[in-house]
Amino acid sequence: MQIKTMAEYMAEGTEPEVLFWVGCAGSFDQRAQRITKAFAQILDKVGVQFAILGKEEMCTGDPARRSGNEFLFQMMAYNNIQLLNGYNIKKIVTACPHCFNILKNEYPALGGQYEVIHHTTFINQLIGEGKIVMKEGGAFKGRRITYHDSCYLGRANQIYEAPRAVLEALDVELVEMKRCKTNGLCCGAGGAQMFKEDEPGDKRINIERSEEALATGATVIAANCPFCTTMLLDGVKNKEQEDHVQVLDIAEMVAQSLA
Amino acid sequence: MQIVQQILFVLLAVAATFLFVRKVREIRRNINLGKDLEIKDNPSARWKNVLLLAFGQKKMFKRMTPAILHFFVYAGFVIINIEILEIILDGILGTHRLFAPYIGGLYNVLVGFFEILAALVLVSCVIFLIRRNILKLKRLNQSELDGWPKTDANLILTTEVVLMALLLTMNAADYNLQQLGAHHYQDTGAFWVSGLIAPLFSGMSETGLVLLERTCWWLHIAGIFAFLNYLPYSKHLHIVLAFPNAYYAKLVPQGKMVNMPEIQNEVLYMMEPDKAPADAAAAEPHRFGAKDITDLSWKSLMDAYSCTECGRCTANCPANMTGKKLSPRKIMMDTRDRMEEVGKNIDKNKTFVDDGKSLLHDYITTEELRACTSCNACVEACPVSIDPLSIILDLRRNLVMEESNAPQEWNSMFSNIENNMAPWKFSPDDRDKWAEELAAS
Repeated sequence: MQIKTMAEYMAEGTEPEVLFWVGCAGSFDQRAQRITKAFAQILDKVGVQFAILGKEEMCTGDPARRSGNEFLFQMMAYNNIQLLNGYNIKKIVTACPHCFNILKNEYPALGGQYEVIHHTTFINQLIGEGKIVMKEGGAFKGRRITYHDSCYLGRANQIYEAPRAVLEALDVELVEMKRCKTNGLCCGAGGAQMFKEDEPGDKRINIERSEEALATGATVIAANCPFCTTMLLDGVKNKEQEDHVQVLDIAEMVAQSLA
Repeated sequence: MQIVQQILFVLLAVAATFLFVRKVREIRRNINLGKDLEIKDNPSARWKNVLLLAFGQKKMFKRMTPAILHFFVYAGFVIINIEILEIILDGILGTHRLFAPYIGGLYNVLVGFFEILAALVLVSCVIFLIRRNILKLKRLNQSELDGWPKTDANLILTTEVVLMALLLTMNAADYNLQQLGAHHYQDTGAFWVSGLIAPLFSGMSETGLVLLERTCWWLHIAGIFAFLNYLPYSKHLHIVLAFPNAYYAKLVPQGKMVNMPEIQNEVLYMMEPDKAPADAAAAEPHRFGAKDITDLSWKSLMDAYSCTECGRCTANCPANMTGKKLSPRKIMMDTRDRMEEVGKNIDKNKTFVDDGKSLLHDYITTEELRACTSCNACVEACPVSIDPLSIILDLRRNLVMEESNAPQEWNSMFSNIENNMAPWKFSPDDRDKWAEELAAS
């Protein structure tokens, strides 16, 4: 499977339907790369003409901005918007809720106006259009699964239903945690916490959340964010449950279930 | 004798109103110490928030027990105030139950309804006192409430219990006086709740009953005037500010951070020097982010006065529930305390004289600020549309940009973003390695 960059589309004089914004986690983190690959496979299988920016993509500046470094954020935003506008990008899909939030809500004020879609919404649309067809009796059919709302998809952008609709299409038995949707509990990574040690306390936030997820008796914890995936996986490992319980991005679950 | 009572009443009412207005103006002045922020868009959505969040208390109903009890107190407060109108007019005119002759049988029904509300308020406040002081709910007993905040809460609840008890006792005495055919006490019939306790006073003499009725009447209305003036010094101010605060609540997606156009432009002029205006370099030196309350927006300051310290934010904060120092409620309490301090400084010195203190460090520590995951749980949890996160992020901006005060790991993350275009130390050349792997597989 060949994945084309925007530069390649431009050289051919054509335009893709959508730009896949991979994000730093999806590009470099080994666990998150599997999510990226899964989503690219879905797009490829369905026949969506998509491009990536490849080596030209840069951090959106989310961790810089949330930690207080507005200068660095504005630098990154300036460069990214120059690049995106230079390619005349209109529609972006991303598998990272942090990138999603910045691209959708924060770049417009800086001159970057795009239609931005999170990958779970995109997948849900493709299912709705009949383009994604799942296997009969797919890998997750009837399995007890819980879903973790990421803060940046959930509270930050009020997207609660699309990811759940995808899980429904996978025919899983969805068991909600008590803290879900608007009351969802953070995995502990946001606000640039991913990049530093916790402040002193009695517990790590990801342990608190993982315990709640494990208490549902689910065999899969479904997520929509590469940072949540890492945090929850660490929590599951901390509880020595990694042999029984998987932490999977919704894109990975769909990729495994394609007809 | 009657005229003395009327004069006393008018003096009391005027004094209470004067003091209240003076304090309200001070609060208004303090809120205006904040930075300008224009909130004028989408009035229809804003009025909807006032209806749903403030009038309808929508977010309170995430926790049913306190929601129902709180609704009784709220409804009681709003509706019983209609009766206060009659009490005030009676006080000024020297009348007794001014409205009764005009509305006939409806009067008994109305006051009976008020009495049911009064009884519900009384019972609810007693339950609230039990929850705070006997059941010791965690949310209502965390360390930031030690001292004055706990006393404040108990004072409010106790005052409400006493006021409602006075109202009911007054009506019970009134009914007994009606039975005795006492002069001035027109026949309204027994009211629904006070009628039940009226037999308690049936053995009393007419003089004793008049004394009891008048004492309750005076204590009740004096208590209301006192409470009115206590309100702006107390966390209870939320009963007023919840409404404007709902109107001015953030409508854009919660995840959207406020832009800093001054930095946006600085970056733009650096990248495209031809766009820089000639006097760009001479622009006023300003402070990035917030160090003190004057650097926060007026909405953040109004948020602080709107906070009733219920602690739903803190109970939902992932950092707080895992033992970190951060408590969004404390952020709001600190902001209000510092604002009051700055206000007193201005009252004393005509203008603010540097006291060597600031909201950052003297009230809110770096450790608290660094614990925030920006998850918006506190914002979502607040029934009166307070946004503690925006204060946290403004203070963080000051820490990082003015003081270069970031943990070592964050400094590494910054330099990685700057040099490798990613928060980790990976080569930008490897960014699409996953795609090569996929192509090879």
